[in-house]
Amino acid sequence: MLSLLVWLPVLGGIGVLVAGRDDAARARWFALGVAALVFALAVGLWVAFEAGVAGMQFIERADWISAFGIQYYLGVDGISMPLVVLTAFATLLVVVAAWEVVQYKPAQYLAAFLIMEGIMIGVFSALDAILFYVFFEAMLIPMFLIIGIWGGPNRIYATLKFFLYTFLGSVMMLIALIYLRTEAGSFAIQDFYGLQLPLATQMVLFLAFLAAFAVKVPMFPVHTWLPDAHVEAPTGGSVILAAITLKIGGYGFLRFSLPIAPEASMALDWLLIGLSLIAVVYIGLVAMVQADLKKLIAYSSIAHMGFVTLGFFLIFRILAGSGSRDGALLALEGGMVQMISHGFVSAAMFLCVGVLYDRMHTRRIADYGGVASKMPVFAGFFVLFAMANAGLPGTSGFVGEFMIVLASFQAGFWYAAIAALTLILGAAYSLWMIKRVVYGEVDNEHVDTLTDVTPRERLLLGTLAVAIIAVGVYPAPLVEVMEPSLDALFRIVVPTF
Amino acid sequence: MPFEMPQFALAAPEIWLGVMLCVVLIADLFDRGGESLLAFYLTQATLVGAMALAIHTHWGGDAVITFNGMYISDSLAAVLKVAIAGLTIITLGYGRDYLRDRDLLKGEIYLLVLTATLGMFVMASASSLLVLYMGLELLSLSLYAMVAFDRDSRIGAEAAMKYFILGALSSGMLLYGMSMIYGAAGSLLINDIAAAALAGDNLLLAFGMTFALVGIAFKFGAAPFHMWVPDVYQGAPTAVTAFLGTAPKVAALALFLRLMADGLGDLHAQWQIMGIILAAGSLVVGNLFALVQTSFKRMLAYSTVSHIGFLFLGLVAGSDEGYAAALFYAISYGIMAAGAFGMIMLLSRRGFEADMIDDLSGLNDRHGGYALVMLLLMFSMTGIPGTVGFYAKWLVLSALVEAGLIWLAVLAVVFAVIGAFYYLRVLKAVYFDRVDSPQPVEATSGQQVLMWANGGAVLLLGLFPDTLIATCRAVFGLG
Repeated sequence: MLSLLVWLPVLGGIGVLVAGRDDAARARWFALGVAALVFALAVGLWVAFEAGVAGMQFIERADWISAFGIQYYLGVDGISMPLVVLTAFATLLVVVAAWEVVQYKPAQYLAAFLIMEGIMIGVFSALDAILFYVFFEAMLIPMFLIIGIWGGPNRIYATLKFFLYTFLGSVMMLIALIYLRTEAGSFAIQDFYGLQLPLATQMVLFLAFLAAFAVKVPMFPVHTWLPDAHVEAPTGGSVILAAITLKIGGYGFLRFSLPIAPEASMALDWLLIGLSLIAVVYIGLVAMVQADLKKLIAYSSIAHMGFVTLGFFLIFRILAGSGSRDGALLALEGGMVQMISHGFVSAAMFLCVGVLYDRMHTRRIADYGGVASKMPVFAGFFVLFAMANAGLPGTSGFVGEFMIVLASFQAGFWYAAIAALTLILGAAYSLWMIKRVVYGEVDNEHVDTLTDVTPRERLLLGTLAVAIIAVGVYPAPLVEVMEPSLDALFRIVVPTF
Repeated sequence: MPFEMPQFALAAPEIWLGVMLCVVLIADLFDRGGESLLAFYLTQATLVGAMALAIHTHWGGDAVITFNGMYISDSLAAVLKVAIAGLTIITLGYGRDYLRDRDLLKGEIYLLVLTATLGMFVMASASSLLVLYMGLELLSLSLYAMVAFDRDSRIGAEAAMKYFILGALSSGMLLYGMSMIYGAAGSLLINDIAAAALAGDNLLLAFGMTFALVGIAFKFGAAPFHMWVPDVYQGAPTAVTAFLGTAPKVAALALFLRLMADGLGDLHAQWQIMGIILAAGSLVVGNLFALVQTSFKRMLAYSTVSHIGFLFLGLVAGSDEGYAAALFYAISYGIMAAGAFGMIMLLSRRGFEADMIDDLSGLNDRHGGYALVMLLLMFSMTGIPGTVGFYAKWLVLSALVEAGLIWLAVLAVVFAVIGAFYYLRVLKAVYFDRVDSPQPVEATSGQQVLMWANGGAVLLLGLFPDTLIATCRAVFGLG
């Protein structure tokens, strides 16, 4: 079943290339069919998933490279299951969003996204370290092409930067994985857990993993590729980058860094917490002064992801501060919910910018103003998404942030105080952007000619709005799915509690 | 010494090549078609036959040494010979139309290829210094002539001259080293040398080893003995470069494995440090110089140097894992390089060489399929998973980590990232640069089939590398 989810989009992508070489319409319908089928399968998997179980489910295991005991080993638990569904959902959105918009080689564009989808689902479901690495790296290939071929004017710089940054980060992880095999005797990720490595070794391993995942998240000093990549990428590329690939960094922390190097995580948590708080505050301020819509959302993504890593690494402080296991678990859950929520919200924001860009061909905030009077429906959606981005209660953005802030009080007042700043900053840059783009007088003749959203766009944005509000009002199903797995993870990371 | 009748049957691949060489020579005289079609097909058939014979005679079972200890038949020889003959078949297939368009298609080129292949086969099975050297010279002399095959080309003649002089110098070094090894061990046989190396510290042997290693590094093109590589790669006709850049690398690996691993393996502690310098130097020089090239052939030349550096890292690990990794690396690199040079030939037309990176601009608009193959080849050279190049690098890194040389592994991956940049630059030309009026690619069906097969091999071996890895490891007795 998982294999189907991984390979169906890849094969479908090749099918789109072949079927749609000369016929763009056929390529679109074919891609839509594949993406819808994969999403249906993913939802089916979600339904079949047993929420109360901590271990891996839907396991598939076969020998792959026998000389090294490398296996084709797939499975999902409560941590990866929501991300798999999110991936299928985001890809479906991207295929629909590209419908009339992408005119240059649409078959290749759609094929790249479908192949990307398969690889990303592979990343989330791989339980063998080398298999994980293969998917993790192979992901660079379609993204490199998506930004480079369909991107903006400065796309070549952006795509090279993106590729080299992430490549450098991940090769360090490769050496760490090879080393771990010499210790564990196999490449199965779960065999890496509980190795009781000496602290110095753990530190090196932790830093190697940090190199890979901090770039992906991205965390504060290595975040600079993201604004470039986002700005230059086509709308679909931005959506996938923000909604899924950033999550792979967070997922990596949960799957590798914390359980494999728990003592090093504890010893170095000041570093991660510090960088996360910088991301939350400093990047939030940076976001406020952006003149480019996409850059603003890109920086807000970094700030939100800083919240995720804050939640993940605050657990040691919470345990030290209040000794409350539930509080620490709440932080982990908050991080996960925040990842899912950010997947929806950032996808929605980038799609909104895409809608505007398709009409105006500019991303400068100053070129807009008074959009609401010409595009009332669109304005409604955009405001809703911006509110979700700011963490308004009732939207998904609120749930994760609230959980983390609540948990961080148990670590210490100042952690909570700084973390809570994000609610203010997020509101500031989101609402100020809305004010300048959506409201105000129409003082620009281009804005005067705007037409409101088409039914296709309405469908896209409407779906996302439903998802955001659903998670915001009733997050329990999501939390129930991830809780047992996070609890099990917690037991590995901090066995004494 | 009692005379012992050699087991001729064990040398069947070499004997077959030698006989067929004469047949091709004579048959070509009677072929009046002007395109040496007969010689081409005979040569390809000969090589296929040689592969079959190599598997049949050498594969499996224990190593057998015959011809008074001078010839060894083992599984390693089988793998090396199959790789050599296979890569030769591919490059010849790419090169035919290219050579015809340049009026270079003469029967002699096939003869030279066959003599070179014979030399490489001899190297792969050599168990004595003299046989090793004989094979090497047979290979080298054929290559000198092939580089100069376009006799009206000034740059080709210059390249051939450089290659000849530097090659002769390196052969001299190697021979000098061999003479000292002979002096120290008292025998030319690899087995006796291994016994002498085991016996203990021997300054003369160490000296001889040093010179021999320099000679080997020359043949590989490892920095700082890489000076000939860019000029020869650029100056030789691309069909010859493709041949030069693939099969002889496998043969050079044979030279190393037979002499340094089999013979002087116990001096590993002494040649390891030299090997590390060669490997690190090649990684640095190859990758940094490749960054600034505008000629695709020259860039590939420097990238070869960097790949040789990576291959050497496997060798300096000094373990069977490392040798197996190097063998896998050499084979997979041969497949990638053959594809890259094949692409140059496929895109070239009469009177036009597609050997600049700019010539690849807009390939995606011209032909999406070839662009995809190029994508696979370049990502494979970078070492991105999903392609065979990843496993080549990964095996080497594994061997290094197991040998405790983690710092070398870190150095290697850092330079792999630097190297990624120039491969991406090629892809930038292929995918991101747009040309105003893309011209369709004209390629003959033979080249097309080969190109698809080549790209398919890179991808398939990248998804299912198990068999090739297991084969390379089985050769060194690893499970």
